[in-house]
Amino acid sequence: MTSTDVVLVVLWIGVTAYAVLGGADFGGGLWDLVAGGAERGRRPRDLIDRAITPVWEANHTWLIFDLVVLWTAFSPAFAAVMSTLFVPLTFAALGIVLRGAGFAFRHVSERLEAQRAFGAMFAVASVLTPFFMGTVVGAVASGKVTPSTGSAQAWSSWTGALPLLIGVMFVVTSAYVSAVFLVHEARREGDAELERYFRTRAVIVGVVGGAVAAAGVVVLHADARYVYDGLVGKALPLAILSSVCGIAALVLLAVRETRFVRGVAVLAVAAVVWAWGVAQRPYLLPKTLTIDQAASSSGTMDALLVIFVAALLVIGPSLGLLFVLSQRRTLGKE
Amino acid sequence: MIAASTSNLLAAREQMAFTLAFHIPFACMGIAFPLMVLIANWLGIRGDADALRLAQRWSKVMAVTFAVGAVTGTVLSFELGLLWPGMMGRYGDVFGIPFGIEGIFFFTEAIFIAIYIYGWKRLSPRAHLLSAVPIVIAGIGGAFSVVTANSWMNQPGGFTEANGKVTSVDAIDVIFNKATPYEVPHMLLAAYIVAGFLVSSVYAVGWLRGRRDRMHRLGFVIPFAVAAVATPIQLFVGDTAARAIAKHQPVKFAAMEYVQKTSTDVPEWIYGIYNGGNPKWGISIPGFDSFLVGFSTDSKVTGLDSVPTSDQPGPKTLLHWSFDTMVFIGTGFLLLVIWWLFVLWRRRALPKSPWFWRCCSVTGVLAIVALWCGWIVTEVGRQPWIVYGKLRTSDAVTNSGGIWITFAIVIVLYGALLAGTIVLLRSMARRWRAGEEVDNVPYAPPPG
Repeated sequence: MTSTDVVLVVLWIGVTAYAVLGGADFGGGLWDLVAGGAERGRRPRDLIDRAITPVWEANHTWLIFDLVVLWTAFSPAFAAVMSTLFVPLTFAALGIVLRGAGFAFRHVSERLEAQRAFGAMFAVASVLTPFFMGTVVGAVASGKVTPSTGSAQAWSSWTGALPLLIGVMFVVTSAYVSAVFLVHEARREGDAELERYFRTRAVIVGVVGGAVAAAGVVVLHADARYVYDGLVGKALPLAILSSVCGIAALVLLAVRETRFVRGVAVLAVAAVVWAWGVAQRPYLLPKTLTIDQAASSSGTMDALLVIFVAALLVIGPSLGLLFVLSQRRTLGKE
Repeated sequence: MIAASTSNLLAAREQMAFTLAFHIPFACMGIAFPLMVLIANWLGIRGDADALRLAQRWSKVMAVTFAVGAVTGTVLSFELGLLWPGMMGRYGDVFGIPFGIEGIFFFTEAIFIAIYIYGWKRLSPRAHLLSAVPIVIAGIGGAFSVVTANSWMNQPGGFTEANGKVTSVDAIDVIFNKATPYEVPHMLLAAYIVAGFLVSSVYAVGWLRGRRDRMHRLGFVIPFAVAAVATPIQLFVGDTAARAIAKHQPVKFAAMEYVQKTSTDVPEWIYGIYNGGNPKWGISIPGFDSFLVGFSTDSKVTGLDSVPTSDQPGPKTLLHWSFDTMVFIGTGFLLLVIWWLFVLWRRRALPKSPWFWRCCSVTGVLAIVALWCGWIVTEVGRQPWIVYGKLRTSDAVTNSGGIWITFAIVIVLYGALLAGTIVLLRSMARRWRAGEEVDNVPYAPPPG
């Protein structure tokens, strides 16, 4: 394995982590949005808030990580994506601002109207941001981004059937992962009612997600032939793994066996991310830019490897400590 | 066509400048405020109940400002690609290394801020105090890394290239480029000065309104003392930086000091409007610029005439005024610090004169103005280069249209963000004054 391979694998782990953890955060916003009026939606909203609060920043650090690794290790691919997909990426960036600010401000507001306004800002941005990110992935998969496209197709590059469908799929997947996580949270708190509440919703979006994915395969066949061929070829085992896990998670939810459902659902999402990566190999931008063409020189790759190891040593234990603390009761005194 | 692309470049630069200017004061709070919280907390666990209460409240302010800094920082990493794909495509592999390191520090800081806020009721006082130390260190490390990336843009090194493509990279030389030794300390000290004066100015206003209890006095003294330590060092570091720029980026220096022709015995202009040769309406000190550069009026200073106009930064008056304003504000801070120290030495007390407190109440705003001026000198002074001597800003900018539109959206959004931040901080202060506690802050556990 060359250092480029290692960097690529770590980048993909980062993308997977963002898809799962960032997705769970975004989905929390969606459930917040559809929870109903202030009184009716209070309990689910509180649970969502409790689940997101300790991690809402850390989860999105994965995005920064992914951006920085992509631009450092594969600069031409980053520049091409940023040039062509200026519009959806700008919307996504603004969505991140609105979402973060809305979430933070709702916490500190005291008046109900202010909480409502900031809450709406947080929730709407939580739905739009993953949608635009999905269109970016769809545009890349369908080969609309090339090193020479520049800004020539500022709108048409990401408004085709595939990008829009993948945008919807991102929203649905976020909602699904989030609902499954919230089932787990509710169970941990011993709240059977909320557990049922989110279980029902997880099943609904799970089924919707399955339908969108099936439609996705058809559109993929038409609009992104290279990736489609990869998915039914070298990435088939991963695609199957994802489908099996997706169905298994639904079954587990349906029979109320919620203990393992979180792990199975995460595996379903992770397998899709990796299936996409494997299906696209050796291309970063299908058919126009390969991994090797885009890869930085060995000095940069080696520096990144050192950074990864340092990050693992520093961030791993820190995150562990935060996790332990967030699960710990308050000290007796005070 | 040319008009359109010029307009695009201007829009992209303005948007970048605006979002950076918004982010940087929050970044300063993220870098330097944790030290002040740590000091208050330390005094607190040694038995000072007022200091402990201050630390508890400040930690919540820290969470809010850090959150705003984090989201606006995320926007910046998008913008680097969205607005400047030409730079990221060509030098992303070099420029990205310090950002990778910054990521570790930022992540660590985010995690430990959460740990610290959770820890108030979940850790022993000692362990809790210790959990603030990584926040302080990560803030410094993060600032070091990001400023390193900027200093690399000013003094690019640590790589070789052939045919416009980078062929080898030496990470250590990228990080420790020629501008790192003066740019990094200058910005770090600036962060402590901005955060120190910003926080103390809030309590100075409180003093003028008659809030002079022990907690308000501590709230003033701790951040003011931090800024007071940083200020004299900053004047020394800034002076060193200016001399280094005269050597490393002579055209930037010539523009910010109105040096038209390369010569000795160059006068120092205080303000004045640039008009090619002799500046209008400025005060001129004969030979002083040469003296500042080389400690002798015989020192030769490189002038703007050393390069064609197309290789010079455009708005010389803006650069010069920014530089002078930064220096004047810094010098004013030093005088204020001396006033404070003098009274402290003679009377062991805070100054009584309302003029001291009036001056202190504007230091926060002035510190931010000085910060912006410094960055204008650095960034506008580097033009027309985005990577000094290697890549022109006009070759790095995106071709995407509509930047004026995104810029307008950004202004509206950030305006709302700023208004929201101020309203919330004020409402927290109001609740504290009323004797209530504020538990619902970002990163915090549910109350109870």
